[in-house]
Amino acid sequence: MNTVAETPLVPARRPASSFQMILTLSVVSTLSGLLLVFVYQATLPRIEANRRAALEQAVFEVLPGAETRATFVAGPDGFTPAEADAGNAGDVVYAGYDADGALVGVAVGAAGQGYQDVIKVLFGYSPERQCIIGFKVLESKETPGLGDRIGKDPEFLANFDGLDAKLDAAGTALAHNIVLVKGGDKSKGEIDGITGATISSTAVAAMLNRQCQEMIPYIMSHVDGLQKGGA
Amino acid sequence: MANAHAPSNMDEFLKGLWDENPVFVMLLGMCPTLAVSNTVMNALSMGLAATFVLVMSCILVSLLRNFIPKQVRIATYIVIIATFVTVVEYVIPAVSLAVYNNLGAFIALIVVNCIILGRAEAFASKNGVAKSALDALGMGLGFTFALLCLGVVREALGFNTLFRDTPWQFTVFSPRFEPWAVMILPPGGFITLGAWLLFFNWIKKRTKRTTSDEVTAHGS
Amino acid sequence: MDPDSLGYIFINACLINNFVLSMFLGICPFLGVSAKIETATRMGLAVIFVMLVSSMCAYGINALLIKLNVEFLRLICYIAVIASAVQLVEMFIKRFSPALFRALGIFLPLITTNCAILGLALFQTQKQYNFLQCLAYALGAGVGFTIALTIMAGLREQLDLADVPDAVKGAALTLIVAGILSLAFMGFAGLGG
Repeated sequence: MNTVAETPLVPARRPASSFQMILTLSVVSTLSGLLLVFVYQATLPRIEANRRAALEQAVFEVLPGAETRATFVAGPDGFTPAEADAGNAGDVVYAGYDADGALVGVAVGAAGQGYQDVIKVLFGYSPERQCIIGFKVLESKETPGLGDRIGKDPEFLANFDGLDAKLDAAGTALAHNIVLVKGGDKSKGEIDGITGATISSTAVAAMLNRQCQEMIPYIMSHVDGLQKGGA
Repeated sequence: MANAHAPSNMDEFLKGLWDENPVFVMLLGMCPTLAVSNTVMNALSMGLAATFVLVMSCILVSLLRNFIPKQVRIATYIVIIATFVTVVEYVIPAVSLAVYNNLGAFIALIVVNCIILGRAEAFASKNGVAKSALDALGMGLGFTFALLCLGVVREALGFNTLFRDTPWQFTVFSPRFEPWAVMILPPGGFITLGAWLLFFNWIKKRTKRTTSDEVTAHGS
Repeated sequence: MDPDSLGYIFINACLINNFVLSMFLGICPFLGVSAKIETATRMGLAVIFVMLVSSMCAYGINALLIKLNVEFLRLICYIAVIASAVQLVEMFIKRFSPALFRALGIFLPLITTNCAILGLALFQTQKQYNFLQCLAYALGAGVGFTIALTIMAGLREQLDLADVPDAVKGAALTLIVAGILSLAFMGFAGLGG
């Protein structure tokens, strides 16, 4: 299979000196380095614009009604506006605002082990209604026709339009866990799974529950920092 | 594989498409052929990306063929190929992020596609620029053709569409057709490629029954 | 299971997302060197070895490139450094352990440009594994490759005795068998769930 081994001999030439070999390699490497720097510089703005557009679309999809957004980093003393869209340490959340500049909700990412590989999702949380208002699968390799329905099955996606995620009285955890229940009631934080895709649905419920338990108490106590223009 | 008569430029181009098709005849470049042929769009973008790298690398190798010392030729070819692959890796997401996400790591893996190093070593290092470019173009399009053969079958049976997620998407069979999910999963790739090879072998066997040093000898 | 635990990473690379049968990496040696069980296992051993070496190299290079902020040179550096590291190791083995060299022998240079090796380096970078996780991933991928290759070789040794039509002989039959094998490996999905 490896063609390199079976090629006929290259016509004999006088043997090259080490100097010549090093020279050739360095010239070729330098040229390729220059070409790459040029291409990298030329394409970087376009790539970043595309990434931003894709992210923006996902954020607006999980926060219905949002028209602008801002990126925040969750630090130990509350949210700080992010410098750029990438390269921030700590959890990044995206706040979405409607046309009047009022906070619609917060888009938070979550990830967890699915059936085939890691599933990555983005969900929208409304601090005002204290519930999840949108959900989108960003990355999954689940089985087509079964597990991948977590991203497109309308009945399953309807679970996330107002899925309850209220805090308990102490404000440190959710009032009830987000769990997978057959015929579940979303006003109690229950997700109705997909028949034939139990593992994928359970994985979604588990990753949402984990991320909500961690992030929502934080979001609720620092929600002022998310208002337009900062605190 | 050398022909008795001196091949014209047109022959150099055409042989890659059919007689020496890199995938169906020479069994090279199988990894991307199987991995990204689950939809027509993936197959097409992968095929064109590989063709670009192949043509550019072969032109450069052919231009430099008299300057590269023979001991370091493979290293030089790999650097040249890797450069063009990195170019493609940055150009594709600038054009379309969706295509980039679908192809994933297989864009970078064009570097180790045996077709490219094979053509650089076996053809471009011994022939003039025009001939090498035509040979590379033929091989690249032959590779694209093979990917499309797989992509059409796998997408039609697996999703019941062609050109899905593009403005030209259309449904192939009646809406009541239940898609065969297995076709877009890994086993579908192996089985479809196996079936195509079977088909091509069968055609070859019918057209030239007498030639002995054909095709299947490469299969080991 | 925790997706970041070493055990899970190993099982994931080895069975759930087997490099050959579900990620289509290293198909060329898979079709080329799977005619006999003995060669298949030797090839497998050589691949495990090369994967461990190149995984360590790739981890080092990536850390260096990030530090220098020149990530766009990653691909070139990976392929160049992995190829030379394997050459060095090959010379080293030849000098100090002729027995091991005879066992791995001709396979070492052959697999340096195998896409599974570069694929491993790229995936571990993409998944942002730490050093130990990289090693577990490399070991899992290598063992998975060996398992796939050995099973395939066993099947093909039996198939040689079967009477099949001429047109099916060779690569076509191998690929269809590989498809069925891949279908069987899909049963491992969900192991980590």
